[in-house]
Amino acid sequence: MRTLAMIRRVFREMLRDKRTLALMFIAPLFILSLVYFLFQGNTTTTASLATRNVDSSMVTAIKNKHIKIHDVNSDKSVKTIIREHDYAGMLSQNGDKLTLTLANTDQSKSAVIKQSLQAAQAKLKGQAAATTIKTQAQALQKMQAALGAATHTPVNATTNVGNLKAKLGSTSYTTKTHYLYGSKDSTFFNTLLPIMMGFVVFFFVFLISGIALLRERTTGTLYRLLATPVKRGEIISGYLCGYGTFAFIQTLLIVLFTMYVFKIQILGSIWLVLLINVLLAMVALTLGLLISTFASSEFQMIQFIPIVAIPQIFFAGIIPISSLPGWLQPVSYIMPLYYGASSMSAVVQKGVGFMDVLPNLSILLLFAAVFLVLNLLTMRKYRQV
Amino acid sequence: MTEVIKVTNLQQGYGKRIILNDINLNINSGDILGLIGPSGAGKTTLVSTIMGMLKPKQGTVTVLGTPMPNRKLLGKIGYMAQTDALYSVLTARENLTFFGEMQGMSKAELQKQIPYATGIVNLNDDLDKYVKDYSGGMKRRLSLAIALLADPELLILDEPTVGIDPELRQQIWKELHRLADEGKTILLTTHVMEDAEQSSYLMMIRGGRAIAQGTPDDLISQYHVNSVEEVFLQAGRDQDAHTSND
Repeated sequence: MRTLAMIRRVFREMLRDKRTLALMFIAPLFILSLVYFLFQGNTTTTASLATRNVDSSMVTAIKNKHIKIHDVNSDKSVKTIIREHDYAGMLSQNGDKLTLTLANTDQSKSAVIKQSLQAAQAKLKGQAAATTIKTQAQALQKMQAALGAATHTPVNATTNVGNLKAKLGSTSYTTKTHYLYGSKDSTFFNTLLPIMMGFVVFFFVFLISGIALLRERTTGTLYRLLATPVKRGEIISGYLCGYGTFAFIQTLLIVLFTMYVFKIQILGSIWLVLLINVLLAMVALTLGLLISTFASSEFQMIQFIPIVAIPQIFFAGIIPISSLPGWLQPVSYIMPLYYGASSMSAVVQKGVGFMDVLPNLSILLLFAAVFLVLNLLTMRKYRQV
Repeated sequence: MTEVIKVTNLQQGYGKRIILNDINLNINSGDILGLIGPSGAGKTTLVSTIMGMLKPKQGTVTVLGTPMPNRKLLGKIGYMAQTDALYSVLTARENLTFFGEMQGMSKAELQKQIPYATGIVNLNDDLDKYVKDYSGGMKRRLSLAIALLADPELLILDEPTVGIDPELRQQIWKELHRLADEGKTILLTTHVMEDAEQSSYLMMIRGGRAIAQGTPDDLISQYHVNSVEEVFLQAGRDQDAHTSND
């Protein structure tokens, strides 16, 4: 009954505060769209490469849509040429020695050039091999013809040569790539999305619930509330259900947005994605309420963001945990977002089932439970029964 | 006449800091207790202890026969805080409904009590306005209406008359006296002497100690002065003289 009244009040307050509503529902979509466009960019990278005295066959082999070739004749130093024209790299040939100098101001461009050069070298080697085989085959054919003329048994021999030729002709391999997860259109965004989704939910719920309870403390309404026979648990559960509903709608909106606007395929169950997000929101909510105890103004609440919210994202899997320094790795185990984001990644990208993420979900639940109990204890400060 | 508030040898404080010392108080139903004293004297701490928000450090507090603190008993106490604890994005009616529900009132009771409580404080015409559009005085009156809403046996009002114009104050006092005549008990804190004079029992607190207590008439004759204000001043001087002798 009292919990219901609390929920009704939270709803009314939220629905009348249009700015906060917008922050909760539109800001996450805005951030995700921004991330989407930022990380789509790398497929269209083109690097400009200067070439000097390079064999034309090599140059044609290097050419592809990500490389722009500039033939250079000047005998200025490599450094000067790159600097003057802002090239990403320069390739020069001296006899059969190739020298590649990379500006390396943009690592992705350096990578494009290195890849293209490797590909070109492989291509040229392949061509060379093919020509040798061809000439050998021709020689063989001639010998066969001579032999045939000599022995008068040409039928068998020519078929043999035909077979040989057919075999030799197929030296240019076609490669077909299979992707275990995702497709050739997968970009870093696909990896980033489940993590960002979790973080966005965590961040906004943390902020809004924390500030809501803080406002209740500073205006004295929390004290006034506790001067009624309401149980502390009823206040907290009212907050959980009230703001939890908004967190759920937010999650739903984000998931639908990524599915229909970004056309991201969610391999696992969408219900599991929602469940993980709701649990993450619960942790954020209880943590936000708890942290607001230690803030005496909205400004102080904001000060907790770099301490509590931002570090979470570093340990959420954007940088693989295994690549972190050894001593830093255990830190991720105290980060709620680590459990949420890694479960999300597993469900969205690998399509794992409920049982596989159950351990992570239990840990999230444990986090929420611990924060909940701490909340009940800190409210004792206001009313000792 | 039943005993509503009984405080015995109360010592109260936060951590090691002692705020109240040696407080003894007996209030019967129908009494209006005025708690007067300068700010920082410990009035609000005493009120919080009587309501059971704080556990007594030493001594006992009993309200309506129940030892405090007791959560359920808060349903029988109407409380008006010193700061207007209101939800500004809600209307006055929504605030009243919400706090009424928290107090444990049913829908039917609320329907009956909201017009009554707001009638006392002249807010009937502004019930559906948002609290953020209220003036300071209107907020104060709404806080009082919330305290009166559940028709509680004990009313605890922390500085109820601040920001309320004289005409309305008279009206509110008339209502408080009527409630007292019905057998309700009222405890209010104030530093306005006119409010003190309206009380049936006074307790003067200064520096955490009760420096004088009794009915206004008794106090005036006891100190051989002409007004409650002079009693307060005299009692203060006596306390200072006493402490400087120590």
